[in-house]
Amino acid sequence: MTTLLLVVPVLLPLLAAACSLALVRNGTAQRALTVVVLTAVLADAIGLLLHVDREGTTVVALGGWSPRLGIALVADLLSALLLTVAVLVALAVLLFALGQGTTDRPALTVTPFHPAYLLLVGGVGLAFLSGDLFNLFVAFEVMLASSYVLITLNAGGERVLAGMTYTMTSLTSSLLFLTAVGLVYAATGTVNLAELAERTGGLSEGVRSALAAFLLVVFGIKAAVVPLHFWLPDSYPTAPAPITAVFASLLTKVGVYAMIRTQSLLFPRDGTWWLIGCAAVLTMIVGILGAIAQDDINRLLSFTLVSHIGFMLFGLALFDLAGFTGAILYIVHHIVVQAALFLVTALVVSRTGTAALHRLKPPAESGERPGPGRPLAAALFLVPALSLAGLPPFSGFIAKLALLRAAVIDGGAIAYAVAAAALVTSLLTLYAMVRVWRVISVPLASAAATAGGRALTVGAAAGMVAVGLAMAAGAGPLVALTERAAADLSRPADYREAVLGTEGGEGR
Amino acid sequence: MTSTTLDWTLALTVGGLFATGVHLMLQRSLTRVLLGFILLGHGTNLLLLSAGAEGDPLPQAMALTAIVITFGVTTFLLALAYRSWRLSGHDEVRDDLEDRSIGTVRERDDFEPAAMPDETGDSDEEESEEEDGEGEERDGGREGKGNPG
Repeated sequence: MTTLLLVVPVLLPLLAAACSLALVRNGTAQRALTVVVLTAVLADAIGLLLHVDREGTTVVALGGWSPRLGIALVADLLSALLLTVAVLVALAVLLFALGQGTTDRPALTVTPFHPAYLLLVGGVGLAFLSGDLFNLFVAFEVMLASSYVLITLNAGGERVLAGMTYTMTSLTSSLLFLTAVGLVYAATGTVNLAELAERTGGLSEGVRSALAAFLLVVFGIKAAVVPLHFWLPDSYPTAPAPITAVFASLLTKVGVYAMIRTQSLLFPRDGTWWLIGCAAVLTMIVGILGAIAQDDINRLLSFTLVSHIGFMLFGLALFDLAGFTGAILYIVHHIVVQAALFLVTALVVSRTGTAALHRLKPPAESGERPGPGRPLAAALFLVPALSLAGLPPFSGFIAKLALLRAAVIDGGAIAYAVAAAALVTSLLTLYAMVRVWRVISVPLASAAATAGGRALTVGAAAGMVAVGLAMAAGAGPLVALTERAAADLSRPADYREAVLGTEGGEGR
Repeated sequence: MTSTTLDWTLALTVGGLFATGVHLMLQRSLTRVLLGFILLGHGTNLLLLSAGAEGDPLPQAMALTAIVITFGVTTFLLALAYRSWRLSGHDEVRDDLEDRSIGTVRERDDFEPAAMPDETGDSDEEESEEEDGEGEERDGGREGKGNPG
């Protein structure tokens, strides 16, 4: 039973992807298969989360090999929680894509979409559950390989080039990751995370720091941490809207997850880490200033995505229980809110035919007659926008409060500096969001009203917004859950025990 | 605990492959970028192989997996470079249009909508001709190669 819970999020999407390829001639069957599989994976992820919360960190040694030799899947609270949220968002975006695909998006009805999407989900699942560093690399590859396909689906010239930038950047970071795996193996003789946690302590200070920094750079590229972020705003917005939404919410977060996992488990430290603190400040400020300069809504949102990765680093930089809690809470909040923002923007863009702010100028500035208002789109955008800016009572406020609280508990100069940058960034985020909101809430009469926004797309976008609201409403249990997850993270010994404990002192 | 001594030939080969690979990846031509990626991949695999002790199966298994992955991705990249060549008649990585248009807007207030380049290529040509020599050179090169598609 436990085996099934851990294996389903990885194997089911992979198997389904193969079946989906076989079903190329039958679009309806393909769509139904993807929806059914993702629903099943979501149910499984929720089951896994409940199981892990009850029983503690759960391990499955695939093929019966001991985790020291074979491949182990490990689910602790952090991975189970992120898996659940990720699959939920993937399902919502899929429904949105299906709604759009039947109307005006030929890119999403071409054959490879469904297999690639399933592979992406399988890769994300494997990344969250992976118990060794090399397997994590494979998970990244599965995830990224399908993302290369998705970003270049039916692409014209511009998108092929944007896709190429994305592909090359990701591949370079993958090769660096592989190099890091090789170096870690050379230094310690293992790639199993639990075993590494035992051995990194015995390394000399220099080797330890070098490996920590190397892995930080590798995952920093994947998570778009400034100054390694340049690829993201140039590539994500070129993809079809649902694909941008799923990339923005999931792929960078997997990078952040990998960063938190490796740093907390392999290189635990006392007190704040100035390096990540600096990266956090840079990421927040540079990202949000970039967002303010943008004219295209999707690019603006991509820059806010970069900026808000900084908040997650903020939590990691503090390297204590409160910091981890804030970081996890922020990841969960951001996955949902960022997806909601991209989906609502896609709704608006499908109606107006443009995502350029200067063309959507509010009537007061352009002197044109205002068209009929779009109360639904306005409301749907406003809620996640305010949440992103961190206004109470939305989920962003809860996540930011947890981070600021962590900074105050820490009390160090670095912590306060990062907290100040976070507050400035939140204000600027509000400004950027209001810039978008004022043009999409009251459209011009002349804005071309093309078809789009069928019940399924509106429903999926509204669903994401509702999930964000539900997170705010259920903040108490959610915060308690993330606190337990953070407590697991700050006790690497427990993780080691859970993975290797059954074997006693056996092995090397 | 495996302790390995990386011999000098291997170390220099890996270093050379990395250096050449990175150099090629920084070029504008996609073909060179692709070759750079292949070299970098070889360097990484060699490093992975040399990470274990003599006869250690784990690095070999990892290197095999990595070779398969790099191989698959290389074919994808080749297809992408070919597609790019078919679509635009060149395989140069160009500057991002939106980046440029934002870079050329100096004052947000007297920002004329008409000054923004459209998504279509025409206004982009005008835009890039106003740019520095680098931009012109690149555009010229692209036009010179013609458009077979």
